[in-house]
Amino acid sequence: MPFNLLVLACVTYVAFLFLVAFVVERKAARGAARWLRSPVVYTLSLSIYCTAWTFYGAVGYAARSGLEFLTIYLGPTLVFIGWWWILRKLVHIGRQQRVTSIADMISSRYGKSNLLGVIVTVICVFAATPYIALQLQSVTLSFGVFAAAGTYGWAMPDTNSTALWVAAGLTLFTILFGTRNLDANEQHTGVVTAIAVEAVVKLLALLAVGIFVVWFVASGPADIVARIHASSISDWELVPSRWAGFTLLSGAAVITLPRMFQVLVVENSDERHLATASWAFPLYLLAMSLFVVPIAVVGLEVMPTGANPDLFVLTLPLSQGQGALAMLAFLGGFSSATSMVIVASIALATMVSNHVVMPLWLSLRPAQSVSGDVRRLVLLSRRLSIAGVLGLGYLYYSLSGGSSALAAIGLISFVGVAQMLPAMLGGIFWRGATRNGAIWGLGIGFAVWVYALFLPSFGPGAALPIDVFMQGPFGLDWLRPYALFGVQGMDPMIHALFWSLTLNTTAFTLGSLFSFPGPVERVQGLAFVNVFDTERAEPQGWVQGRAEPEALLVMAQRILGDEAALAFFEAQAQAQGKAGYLPDPVPEFLDALERRLASSVGAATAHAMITELAGRARVTVADLMRMAGETAQIMEYSSQLESQREELTRTARQLRDANEKLTQLSVQKDAFLSQISHELRTPMTSIRAFSEIMMEGDMPPEMAANYARIINEEAIRLTRLLDDLLDLGVLENGTVQLNLKLANLSELIERSLRAASHTRPERSFTIQRDLPAEQIFLRTDPDRLCQVLINLISNARKYCDSAQPELRLVVRQRGARVIIDVIDNGTGIPRDKQSLIFEKFARLTDQMRAGGAGLGLAICREIMVNLGGSVSYLPGQGGAAFRVTLPLRLEKSPHERAA
Amino acid sequence: MVARHAMLIEDEPNIAEAIRFLLRRDGWEVTTLGDGGVAEARVREQRPDLVILDLMLPGRSGIEILEALRATPDTAGLPVMMLTAKGQGRDREAAERAGADLFMAKPFSNAEFVAAARSLIRA
Repeated sequence: MPFNLLVLACVTYVAFLFLVAFVVERKAARGAARWLRSPVVYTLSLSIYCTAWTFYGAVGYAARSGLEFLTIYLGPTLVFIGWWWILRKLVHIGRQQRVTSIADMISSRYGKSNLLGVIVTVICVFAATPYIALQLQSVTLSFGVFAAAGTYGWAMPDTNSTALWVAAGLTLFTILFGTRNLDANEQHTGVVTAIAVEAVVKLLALLAVGIFVVWFVASGPADIVARIHASSISDWELVPSRWAGFTLLSGAAVITLPRMFQVLVVENSDERHLATASWAFPLYLLAMSLFVVPIAVVGLEVMPTGANPDLFVLTLPLSQGQGALAMLAFLGGFSSATSMVIVASIALATMVSNHVVMPLWLSLRPAQSVSGDVRRLVLLSRRLSIAGVLGLGYLYYSLSGGSSALAAIGLISFVGVAQMLPAMLGGIFWRGATRNGAIWGLGIGFAVWVYALFLPSFGPGAALPIDVFMQGPFGLDWLRPYALFGVQGMDPMIHALFWSLTLNTTAFTLGSLFSFPGPVERVQGLAFVNVFDTERAEPQGWVQGRAEPEALLVMAQRILGDEAALAFFEAQAQAQGKAGYLPDPVPEFLDALERRLASSVGAATAHAMITELAGRARVTVADLMRMAGETAQIMEYSSQLESQREELTRTARQLRDANEKLTQLSVQKDAFLSQISHELRTPMTSIRAFSEIMMEGDMPPEMAANYARIINEEAIRLTRLLDDLLDLGVLENGTVQLNLKLANLSELIERSLRAASHTRPERSFTIQRDLPAEQIFLRTDPDRLCQVLINLISNARKYCDSAQPELRLVVRQRGARVIIDVIDNGTGIPRDKQSLIFEKFARLTDQMRAGGAGLGLAICREIMVNLGGSVSYLPGQGGAAFRVTLPLRLEKSPHERAA
Repeated sequence: MVARHAMLIEDEPNIAEAIRFLLRRDGWEVTTLGDGGVAEARVREQRPDLVILDLMLPGRSGIEILEALRATPDTAGLPVMMLTAKGQGRDREAAERAGADLFMAKPFSNAEFVAAARSLIRA
């Protein structure tokens, strides 16, 4: 096959995946992607366990070591069948604590320790590097197969630069999709769906090759059985230590590999999906391994001796002249490699940015946690981390020479990530596990792995001198990397697995027994181990009242984005029974906020940021009580009392608010009468005075005309006031006639700005608009909407007290609703007045001073109710800010609809 | 006879125009001011024979200006007429407490107004 055609096929395939991911993201954004979050997609996304290693390497593995390749599927199968014990708990904890990665989970469990986060991140990066190199190698090798088969078209560049191009392409794709979201939220619906598609492609490809081999090369299953008996594979004998070791290893890997943790826990959208995956995923693995042995046997028979068995899946169809089938197999392998690299680098980048870059940046510039744009930094550091991770993979590939058999590299990674198993399982099942134990266990396990497996994998004399292999370092015989403590004759892989996990577990256990957990650690330990009992864990010991809600809002906006942060604060305020204000910084709220932030930047960083603003009490009596599980009943009773007390407090606050409002309203009612009197008497005064003057007669005609004009003007003013009052009456009764038509929002805003510029024309405002965002066609009453906008803009012109006044108009479309924010940069409206401004005749300036009649905002509110929307004050925007919300298409007036 | 000087502090231009016409026809010299903020300083500077103060003014309320004038000896006895459009008892009380010599509710009859202005000078 011509090489350029191959490149074209790859590019087309990637573009197709891109399209899938893109369409899905857009659907998900509109909330229309419920079926995409189905158990089927979840199960298929788990298949990134089957990388190019499985796709190509399993056949090679079978050709070399017979049925031993099955252990790689056996471990995960056991873990999934027994999902009730481990996976269910992991996923539940992951969702409850809003875990962003495996490093985040371990760090969060052990007292939100960032040191642990860093250690786990380092282990993962080290362990994943050979694995990513493996994927680059398999894609490069498969390119090589095609390039060798055809001589026309472009010549294939040397393997090293092919690998470089592949790495660069994958970096681009991953950055585009893994970090496209400005929310930096940890779920990537688009990517997960693209991976599910790839899972289908690789399964179909392998099945197609298998069917071809069994029924078209051989003559059916019976023939295959005969051939297996004849081949060397049937001579294979089971080595119990290897069999048990590799089964344990693959079982550990399926929950500790960063990419598996990502799809299994972080991307999980519904815990019930796990029940489906528990039987469907083993079934998928079974289908993937069904034809491995037949392909290996026939390959060994048909292919010339010396042919690389790792590539039989590809070379066998090619040698039989099946170009199209080989192409399908190639795409299957390509899918396996790309999906693994994409998810692995997203997972690793999340860890690197949350546990290394962010804490570093926060400790260098603590003040920036409140004022800097954290979101951009998070995204940037993730993008750089993705490039860094893939760069390391490429580096390993070119350093290790890409020569070792595929299976060997994969197992090295497995042993590396398996080091997290003791800390992870200990963390979710043993309350006595402590941070120190985890640090010791992970540290020692990692060191043994590096020394006994990772460094030797570069070959004798490459990373470790040959002397060390033969005599041990400094002549210490018992420290030889392949024969630690004088244990000889073990398989190197099993040897490293045995010693690293044994020493790791011992250090973890002893370290935990001999150290004492800190307060946060105790709380987290309880929350993890008893995750199913403590659905609503008590909040931690935040010191109430230390944090200013405004500062918290600003910080949350930097991380979550304006929209999401505001929505979160509004929901929390609602729950506290004070809708329309910022929530009180009570411990429950701080806890919820920390958890929400943790989903973007990880538990340790979120904890540090909130502590920065709120401060935290040391161990409280409540903490200690919670530790004593035996007092659960007392706790239950007191928590009931607590919730009743909370309920009472909330009701009391609502009553107090209502009472305050009534008192204020009564004061306002007096003011209303006095105001009406004033507004009527002022024009009357002029009219009476001038009419009396004119009644006396005897004045020059031009003077008479002038006075008549004044009388006329004042009469008009009186009429206008009465009109306003009547307008308000009509709007309040809901008997208003709306004139609905289609209108362009941008033009309405333009019109309103022009009309409002007559208010205090001497002031020049800087006006910020987003014209493209304003291009929305509304079906509404345009004149009424303009009336509201003119009023809000005029108010800003009148009352904004900044020396360089600015006016921002922010337009957004959220589903079928349109949001228009009118924000100035003045001092805004004091909190105690915010609930009054929409009342009739409410004027914020002293009652004794002159101003408008105070009907404007009351009319605005009534108009918006009639347009099926609302207008409200937005607190915490750094100036006076009003939000107008209205439906995109108003069909009938709400009153008519109700009737 | 030197013309009697009245200073009118009123933010409604049409009402100010009417009062100016009435007083001038009656032989007064009239200065008008539309803003409460500078009123006290002008009064001290120009020393009018009568001050006519509106209750609701931009800048500074009529009551505040009146209190300030009553607080220093040289203007403590200056005749002050207070105008208001609210016409409520409470406002009248507040004006009297602050030391207004006369309180006039809007709208008023022209004849009554001129008579009141004259009475304040004579008294």
